[in-house]
Amino acid sequence: MATTPTSTPPPKTNRIGLTVLDYRGGKTTLCAGCGHNAISERIIDAMYEMGVPPERVIKPSGIGCSSKSPAYFMSRSHSFNAVHGRMPSVATGAVLANRRLIALGVSGDGDTASIGIGQFVHLMRRNLPIIYIIEDNGVYGLTKGQFSATADLGSKLKTGVINDLPPIDTCALAISLGATFVGRSFSGDKKQLHSMLKAAIAHHGTVMLDVVSPCVTFNDHEGSTKSYKYMKDHEEPLQDITFVPAFEEINVEYDPGATLEVTMHDGSHLRLRKLEEDYDPTDKINAIKRLGEAHDKNEVLTGVFYVNTQAPNFIEMLNITDEPLATLPDSVVRPGREVLEKAMEELR
Amino acid sequence: MATTDVAPHQATGGVQPKRVVNNMSLQVATVNGSGSQSSNTVLLRSIFQMGVPVSGKNLFPSNIAGLPTWYTIRANKDGYIARKKEIDFLVAMNPETAQEDVMSLDPGAAVLYDEPLNLSKLRNDLIFYSVPYDKLVAPVCPEAKLRKLVRNMIYVGVVARLLEIDMAEVEKAIRRQFAKKVKAANLNMAAVQAGFDYAAASLTKQDPYLIQRMDKTRGKIIIDGNSAAALGCMFAGVTVVTWYPITPSSSLVETLIDYLKEHRIGPDGKATFAVVQAEDELAAIGMVVGAGWAGARSMTATAGPGISLMSEFAGLAYYAEVPGVIWDIQRVGPSTGLPTRTSQGDILSTAFLSHGDTKHILLIPNSVAECFSMAQDAFNLAEQFQTLVFVMADLDLGMNNWMSDPFEYPTEPIKRGKVLSKEDLERMGGFARYKDVDGDGVGYRTLPGTDHPAAAYFTRGTGHNEKSQYSERPDDFEHNMERINRKFETARSFVPRPELMSNGKTKVGIIAYGTSHWAILESRDQLRKEYNIEADYLRIRAYPFTREVHEFIEQHDRVYVVEQNRDAQMQSLLKLDVRPELVMRLRSIAHIHGLPLDARSVTDELISMEGK
Repeated sequence: MATTPTSTPPPKTNRIGLTVLDYRGGKTTLCAGCGHNAISERIIDAMYEMGVPPERVIKPSGIGCSSKSPAYFMSRSHSFNAVHGRMPSVATGAVLANRRLIALGVSGDGDTASIGIGQFVHLMRRNLPIIYIIEDNGVYGLTKGQFSATADLGSKLKTGVINDLPPIDTCALAISLGATFVGRSFSGDKKQLHSMLKAAIAHHGTVMLDVVSPCVTFNDHEGSTKSYKYMKDHEEPLQDITFVPAFEEINVEYDPGATLEVTMHDGSHLRLRKLEEDYDPTDKINAIKRLGEAHDKNEVLTGVFYVNTQAPNFIEMLNITDEPLATLPDSVVRPGREVLEKAMEELR
Repeated sequence: MATTDVAPHQATGGVQPKRVVNNMSLQVATVNGSGSQSSNTVLLRSIFQMGVPVSGKNLFPSNIAGLPTWYTIRANKDGYIARKKEIDFLVAMNPETAQEDVMSLDPGAAVLYDEPLNLSKLRNDLIFYSVPYDKLVAPVCPEAKLRKLVRNMIYVGVVARLLEIDMAEVEKAIRRQFAKKVKAANLNMAAVQAGFDYAAASLTKQDPYLIQRMDKTRGKIIIDGNSAAALGCMFAGVTVVTWYPITPSSSLVETLIDYLKEHRIGPDGKATFAVVQAEDELAAIGMVVGAGWAGARSMTATAGPGISLMSEFAGLAYYAEVPGVIWDIQRVGPSTGLPTRTSQGDILSTAFLSHGDTKHILLIPNSVAECFSMAQDAFNLAEQFQTLVFVMADLDLGMNNWMSDPFEYPTEPIKRGKVLSKEDLERMGGFARYKDVDGDGVGYRTLPGTDHPAAAYFTRGTGHNEKSQYSERPDDFEHNMERINRKFETARSFVPRPELMSNGKTKVGIIAYGTSHWAILESRDQLRKEYNIEADYLRIRAYPFTREVHEFIEQHDRVYVVEQNRDAQMQSLLKLDVRPELVMRLRSIAHIHGLPLDARSVTDELISMEGK
């Protein structure tokens, strides 16, 4: 029996003095084993490690199992569970209102690629600063397992129904439309997803991450192309990804021949150790071509497909003032009396 | 060579026709895309500058070039500016419609027509003036491709001569119209002069209509409702504007963009606003809701079809309690046909827009001055009640030019509603987003980005408790529904009060709203002068209805609800709101034909329903 009081070591904190618990959310109500829960965990870790103040983060989402998940991470961040397929517009409005917000939008494959495809494509065109995550399981979970538009040709439902329509590749679409950081990952690939999320936080335009996230209840069986087993057999990573944040001064040697280093807008570094010799993630045309080839070969290609750190984002295009529009004082948003008087004079 | 057309009754007598001064309605029938808008604006402004109350209404097709369009100008010494049904003076420029236009005139009306149309054969009870436009335009406009546009200025000169409009005022209006283009101004003025000279030399005045100088427009401005709304929104401190182009609302946002670029760029050269042309109305309102949620003063402008598309988000905003302002410039119904014609057809659907139980605040301006002032009201109410506010203008108000007293600079500070700051949270420790702390139904909110660990809350639709936690419990749902309804009841005391014109003696009442107002003013005078009927009048300016609306119905035995739709939409809303025994008092005078309401139609129908 101890006679001297033992002091528990202080909990580990990040660079802004928060513990990982400060990034946690409510208890998940998704199915045990759902890929979405793993993604929530990765988001928590990445935000914690990057030292992002949770109060600056917003979590807009649409409708579906995926869109419920913002309740299960980062309770200290504002969330907006919007209407089906319309998260992009809500996120756009919020970011315009307050350019200092860090938007992490969560959507699903049904929410994005069917009902929300219109808003999705226009969001990609604008290069709004946002991290847009598709938790992609190929089925509508919350309505009990109908095919979504990302389901692969020939994929089979539990009921035996075969999908005879080609899938929409949200990554190819996002690249061709103007998103400036586009990648695909797998909820079961902890290391890759973790690094990609950290790089996403450092990016200052639209990040579109399609994360294959198996639905254990409706789409994890033999014949599904979005199951854990199928992903283990068919995932084809393009790169081995590491991320070095700007605030870390670790200088690991790397071979410039085998590794591509991307300097992010905030000075951090995304290191992509090439697993495919000729792949250049700054080449838009080739990225789309490579995604097409992957489909033909039944590969699930993962990694950072495209990155452009130079393109202006939507806030810059609109030349919005540095202070959040939402809280500008009356004196700034209401022109003076003389402006009205002059306008009236001109109308006389 | 024909120099004059001899009107029939001139041939029979040579009696000097009676003079009708400052009381006429002139209609110009042209083809759209022919530049007649400039000519008509010049005529309108010339009359205005002579101090005569005037209104102009453009009846135009949903088309860019080649379809018939009519512009009516009404000059009236008594200040009646509603559309007048009867046309006194027709300028027939469109061969396609000329015959029908002439045949629809009342006897004694004057017709100014293009010589080759040979219209004087059609009737012998009208006064005809023919003008050889092609012959007149050639010498003043050597450049053949411009003639189509300049040609319309010729009728301005002819009309000026016949109605005795001061040519100095016409020139002033032209210089203003082509302010930055001296060459164009000169060219157009030459065409006006050619018309004037032709009329002086070759036409004999036979109609009775004259414009004479008055002093009833001094200090007044001329502006369209959409521009007035744009100015109002800028002075209301709008920060996020989203839109999807749709007639008749597009010019509201286009004008707003111009004003914002001129007056809302900060000293750093950066914009204190964001404008996004969205991919559709669903995205437009989604952005408004997102921006309102994050604390911006956000708005969009649309018309009926856009309102329909916004339905789902309107319900979300109602239940998530997010402020935003939606301008509905009402027009006639779905798809092609009459999208460029005015209507008050969105009242009922907008009041209850979306699924589930929803009720929205509507503000209904009747004038350009109210487009300006209600912009302030709309943003303040939206933030005070954390809900969408719809401003229900219409095409007649939005796209036509109206005289007005100058707008008054808003003196009240901008009201941002119940928003908790970081300091508030430090003091309070925490808050419950949907708790009715003050008994008015309105909870306190925080804005995303508020730097306090207890600031965040989870926003969703119906399923939440006071602390905005997910809940499907019946009692949570019911309490929430009741509280949101309480907000709506509180709003009754805060929305703009109706305008009341009453002598307290008559049992006949008229209720109207929006642009119908102008016809009602005139109709009440007609009822008094022609039928010896006094009718009290209440103009509704907002939904939910205030106390005064109920009192008015209590005080009158027969209440005529006048509106520009088929299904008596406002009457239906009133029926839902008043005591059941009062419902019988409400009688509908509902008109919808795409044209702005005129007084005579109201008077005739009211008289017939009064059994006189």
